[in-house]
Amino acid sequence: MPQLSRRRLLAASVPALGGAAAALHSAVPHSHPWHSEAQAAEPEHGGHGGVGGHADFRDGRTVDHRANGFDPHEMLRDFDWGTTRRLASGQVLREWELVAAEKEIEVVPGVKYAAWTYNGRVPGPTLRCREGDRLRITFVNGSSHPHTIHFHGIHPSDMDGVPDIGAGEIEPGERTVYEFDAQPAGLHLYHCHVRPLADHIAKGLHGAFIIDPKDGREDADEMVMVLNGFDTNFDRSNEVYAANSIGFAYMNKPIVAKRNELVRVYLVNVLEFDLVNSFHLHGNLFDYYPTGTRRTPSEFTDTVMLCQGQRGILEWRFPQAGKFMFHAHQSEFTELGWQGFFEVVD
Amino acid sequence: MEARTATERELQPDRTGGLPAWLLGLVPLLLIIAAVGAFAALGGPGLGERRGPPAEELAVEKTVLRPGTIEVTVRNDGPDAVAVAQAQVNDAFVQFSGAEQPIGRLESAKVTLQQPWLEGEAYEVALITSTGGTISHEIPVAVETPAADLSFFGLMALLGIYVGVIPVAIGMLWLPWVRRIPPGWLRGVMALTVGLLAFMAIDATLEGFELAGEGSQAFGGAALVLIGAAVAFLSLTGVSAWLEQRRSAARAAGASGGHLALLVAVGIGLHNLGEGVAIGSAYSAGALALGAFLVIGFALHNTTEGLAIVAPVAHLRPKLGRLVLLGLIAGSPAILGAWIGAAAFNSSLAAFLFGFGAGAIVQVIVQLAPSLRDGEGRTLHPVAVTGLLAGLALMFATGLLVSV
Repeated sequence: MPQLSRRRLLAASVPALGGAAAALHSAVPHSHPWHSEAQAAEPEHGGHGGVGGHADFRDGRTVDHRANGFDPHEMLRDFDWGTTRRLASGQVLREWELVAAEKEIEVVPGVKYAAWTYNGRVPGPTLRCREGDRLRITFVNGSSHPHTIHFHGIHPSDMDGVPDIGAGEIEPGERTVYEFDAQPAGLHLYHCHVRPLADHIAKGLHGAFIIDPKDGREDADEMVMVLNGFDTNFDRSNEVYAANSIGFAYMNKPIVAKRNELVRVYLVNVLEFDLVNSFHLHGNLFDYYPTGTRRTPSEFTDTVMLCQGQRGILEWRFPQAGKFMFHAHQSEFTELGWQGFFEVVD
Repeated sequence: MEARTATERELQPDRTGGLPAWLLGLVPLLLIIAAVGAFAALGGPGLGERRGPPAEELAVEKTVLRPGTIEVTVRNDGPDAVAVAQAQVNDAFVQFSGAEQPIGRLESAKVTLQQPWLEGEAYEVALITSTGGTISHEIPVAVETPAADLSFFGLMALLGIYVGVIPVAIGMLWLPWVRRIPPGWLRGVMALTVGLLAFMAIDATLEGFELAGEGSQAFGGAALVLIGAAVAFLSLTGVSAWLEQRRSAARAAGASGGHLALLVAVGIGLHNLGEGVAIGSAYSAGALALGAFLVIGFALHNTTEGLAIVAPVAHLRPKLGRLVLLGLIAGSPAILGAWIGAAAFNSSLAAFLFGFGAGAIVQVIVQLAPSLRDGEGRTLHPVAVTGLLAGLALMFATGLLVSV
């Protein structure tokens, strides 16, 4: 009797009946039932979803920022300057306390993820200081795994926050102090450096670390974007990508910027599992300062590519009002969450 | 012996306290219900807390492609409820409807994804659950699913007639030939028939196992094929025995030719039912191009089934009406199968039907076997063996025509 192996019977033969059937059934109306419903229900989310439009989470929903304890819109302009006092030498001593803790966060609407956090947020606080400050970071490990804080920048070997050197791995319940002078001026990052690295970094133990030049930078609307993603099913590839952890967060609620005002974005890529990440700005070009360590831009562009740990400062002014997209220029990352809008107003 | 047992029962009336037998039969049943109830009410005493995260298993049972949408029907195979939080197609989040509530064990849900898919391209659908797990489903070649309307059912009926009814009818036209050949040759033709049927049984079983592996395993998977085969074999054996009882005891040994022809027709019909399901579902899934070549292949392949029906009635003079009826019993289930397969395909059901067809055929082989015996009572005599091998070879060769 007929051996009907469906995988082998792919459209190979003369379409006799099939052609007639296709003709009979090709006139199915094209409809967008979801699109019309969602537009009616949530008009403020204009533009997301549907067969056309932009990729987005179901019905343009977002996560419960309050339950997470952090909101990408607040983190965007949240710089943690620590507490300061002047030492006898005249040097400024700047102090922070960072606590590592396990925390379940909603990384995609309706999807919980067992994250590892510094101070309860992903990315950790954006530590900001001035070149030459004495930095003292007290690290408390409140989680059930050993962790460290490894800073990028220039510091003594025993302050490097890696296993077997200096304080080494900080066991659960233990604490240590990382202390060094802030140098060089630029944009850096910090992250846990305990094996397996990919887990410790991707689960959330990472953050931006900014050292301002002694003479500061020009006044600007400053923002920090830490590019990351989450591997929710543990197959060593990310299910969602984002700037500041929550995919599409700046899509459904754009970042408001002022026309002609200088915008400065501190961009840090910590994305795990993918070789590169990128930032692309629509309708505008920016000056790019790799690592922020030089005062002259390397490039005037609209797209930069970063590998993990690479970072840079972007500066530009929007000459025109309106909505301008920004996203990874890997389309896959874009449609898996890493995209947003600037809404430029007068 | 019986009398003694009765006496003992009369002498010991108090052993069962004089309770009626039906009540005694119920006692263990009531006890197990009470025990299960108490166990559940106490939350499984002594077993402790469950370890590990929930086990999330969703099997994709059906995929329907319409312009701009991909619709997947999933069934929860696992022990825990599964909540679908988000959906992706080819590594991009997409809008979708359905599965608003968690899907409970054995429950199914239809998820409709908004995707401007392109014909002939491959797609990977991933449903992301509330725990971050992904349920992936591959669509190897995207083709629009035909709507299950009247003209579609008409097309499926036409297809069933092409591959089921017409070839069987043509094959039955061998009747005048088999009537004139000598008894020795006829035994060879009967052996050929058994060979054809044996190939069909093996083929249906393998196809059934393949289908069983595709969909939800919640209803038994491969076991369904075997259960289907057992049910068909036992039912047909029962029906056959009942028919024999009703007949006069004149034909004490072996089934009559008419009876055998009916059994062969029923067996082939059940097999064609499963075959129709496979054809209908393959067509509606876009995995089957109904080319002229394919239809010709099926026709040649199934013509041999007609021979199998008429061989047992070679020595009789059946009425034309009866022959038509036999042909319809064998061929028309392909139409019904195509409808079921196209409109309500379910791999578990299809696997069961394939097993059912295989079981029916095995029963028919058992019934036909005595008719192979030669004058010396041997079944596997040289002519029979040649016939069996020829039957297998014929089926294998014509089968190649439909396995493009």
